[in-house]
Amino acid sequence: MIRDNSGVVEFKADAPILVMERLCKSYELSSMELKVLRDIALTINEGEYVAIMGPSGSGKSTLLNMIGCLDRPTSGDYWLGGQNVSLLDDNQVSLIRGARIGFVFQSFNLIGQLNVIENIEVPMYYQGCSERESAEHARELATMVGLGERLEHRPSELSGGQQQRVAIARALANDPLIILADEPTGNLDSESGAEILKILVGLHKKGKTLIVVTHDEHIAEDAGRIVEIFDGRIRCQ
Amino acid sequence: MFLFRLKRTAKLGIKSLWMHKLRSTLTTLGIIFGVSSVIAMLAIGEGASQAAQEQIARLGSRNIIIKTIPPPEDKEVSGQNQSMREYGLTYLDAERFRNSIRNIEVVVPSRRLPQQAWYRNRKVAVEVIGTVPWYPEISPIQLRAGRFLGSIDMHHRQGVCIVDENVMKELFVFDDPMGQDVKIAQDYYRVAGVVSPEDLGAAAQTPGNDTEKAKAQGGANVGCIYIPLTTVRNRFGEISMQYSGVSGRTMERVELQEITVKVGAMEEVLPTRDMLETLLDRFHKKNDYQVIVPLELLKQARQTQRIFSIVLGSIAAISLLVGGIGIMNIMLATVSERTREIGIRRALGARRRDIVLQFLSETLLLTLLGGILGIGLGSLVPIMVTHFGRMPTIITGTSLLLAFGISGAVGVIFGLYPAYRAANMDPIESLRHE
Ligand SMILES: Nc1ncnc2c1ncn2[C@@H]1O[C@H](COP(=O)(O)OP(=O)(O)OP(=O)(O)O)[C@@H](O)[C@H]1O
Ligand SMILES: [Mg+2]
Repeated sequence: MIRDNSGVVEFKADAPILVMERLCKSYELSSMELKVLRDIALTINEGEYVAIMGPSGSGKSTLLNMIGCLDRPTSGDYWLGGQNVSLLDDNQVSLIRGARIGFVFQSFNLIGQLNVIENIEVPMYYQGCSERESAEHARELATMVGLGERLEHRPSELSGGQQQRVAIARALANDPLIILADEPTGNLDSESGAEILKILVGLHKKGKTLIVVTHDEHIAEDAGRIVEIFDGRIRCQ
Repeated sequence: MFLFRLKRTAKLGIKSLWMHKLRSTLTTLGIIFGVSSVIAMLAIGEGASQAAQEQIARLGSRNIIIKTIPPPEDKEVSGQNQSMREYGLTYLDAERFRNSIRNIEVVVPSRRLPQQAWYRNRKVAVEVIGTVPWYPEISPIQLRAGRFLGSIDMHHRQGVCIVDENVMKELFVFDDPMGQDVKIAQDYYRVAGVVSPEDLGAAAQTPGNDTEKAKAQGGANVGCIYIPLTTVRNRFGEISMQYSGVSGRTMERVELQEITVKVGAMEEVLPTRDMLETLLDRFHKKNDYQVIVPLELLKQARQTQRIFSIVLGSIAAISLLVGGIGIMNIMLATVSERTREIGIRRALGARRRDIVLQFLSETLLLTLLGGILGIGLGSLVPIMVTHFGRMPTIITGTSLLLAFGISGAVGVIFGLYPAYRAANMDPIESLRHE
């Protein structure tokens, strides 16, 4: 079963990597409508490093999930790599997530039953890589983030910083165009946080589009652009 | 490529089942019992039908057996003629069958007498069968040595006999029986041949209670000795002494104990039976005969088999249903336990159908595991039934395959809903799940 990736995951080179227009997201809460994102207009070009900042509850994570096609907008348009995401079905969107986007979460989100190698292999499995191919690639990635010695360890046997490295290696498994990181250093001490950030910035330098949600001013300093959100609206870019 | 994925999906499933070994085994109990009942049911059914088939082969599917039975006690008759009772099939009956029913190919009249046979100083109880040379046509006996009765023996009322292998073993032990003389009652008979036993298993002794009678008259016999019908008539006569507790002794006169007829084809068996019965009805007002059609025994066997199938089939159905629901329950628990994992997998590119496949294959593995254990247990049940219940059972390859297929089907049926629940969870909500 070889997946037909043509057309679906192919991003147009000339267009910005993502464009949002009048994008809204709201939740129905007991007859009251809770607007989490209001009229978001955002354009990000390939290779940019964007920091998303804002107070707690302002909608940063929601926006990032929207960018990563995990969530669907209530209204408005979203083009990812020249594709109108609202026209794609669940299969195609899943495919895009797997092939073009790498997620790094605040709480690492590794699968507890799987060891380091197996965790890194998961995204490749869903793209239909062969077992040998993906095991080899996973080993390379683990070595790259400095975990060459801990391939057989379970997440519970790793420190927070090490777990986040596994998560980064996993995010890179399918060589995505965009890395989305939601407070990647939020659960780490400053030292390992700095190391994680170094790895992420290194990826940006290698040409990946990097979008980081953060509360940390230091992180934002490195970013090419800061998007600030207040109460669901982008205040300044 | 697809095989790769299948293999890895299976691996994933085995891994997560292995993590909950006890839970997995307990969950499969229903399936185990269901599958074992399916196998037991099929094995018992198969055994029963095979046994019936064998019985028919032994009695002959184209045979109709007419037996003499003592008529119900008639006060007037017994008052009239106290010392002599006369009943049963006659040589004339055999003649009438032969002459008036065209379908009949062979008519074999025979006499059956419980007797003692002597050789040197050894004595065994036997059944003496006085019959005709074409007796082997209606019986499964096979010639092992020498010859069977011939027309010359009949004609000259020779003192010859044919013994079966059981008699040979008990009476002659290590000696070669051929040409030896056996003493039965007052006369000697020279052994002219040896045949295979007729197999007087319980099944062969159809409705009549001959075995009990034989036992009452001096223990079960070890086998049969065949003597020309004419010789038997000449030497034993037709009158026998019956001893009963109340009225002392009575004399009985019975010409033939049995007439077996064979028709050309199986379809002719039942019509011929009807003709025989009308014919017999005309000449036997006393109701002193019984007609046995081996072909009809098959019907009885099927009936028994059906009852077994219904009982075991319902046990199987209930166990499988309960087992399936149990599995669904566990899978639903597993799905909600692993909500976060599902969210993670979705974020990493798993499509809905990947999630369906993952949980479905886990359920399938669980039920197939139950299926395999059930096949193990289910194969033991028929063995025990055969051992303790003395009932033939046969486990066929098809029944094992069927049982395996059923467990797979249960897996798919009861696994689909949990798998779809898992696949339709919102990725964001699952990621937030604690
Ligand atoms: N499923 C939901 N139903 C209702 N409201 C929701 C749901 N998900 C999020 N919200 C609301 O949306 C708002 C934005 O949430 P979001 O997680 O995007 O905030 P955030 O900016 O990431 O905050 P933090 O910095 O604390 O992570 C919050 O007020 C939250 O209560
Ligand atoms: Mg957040």
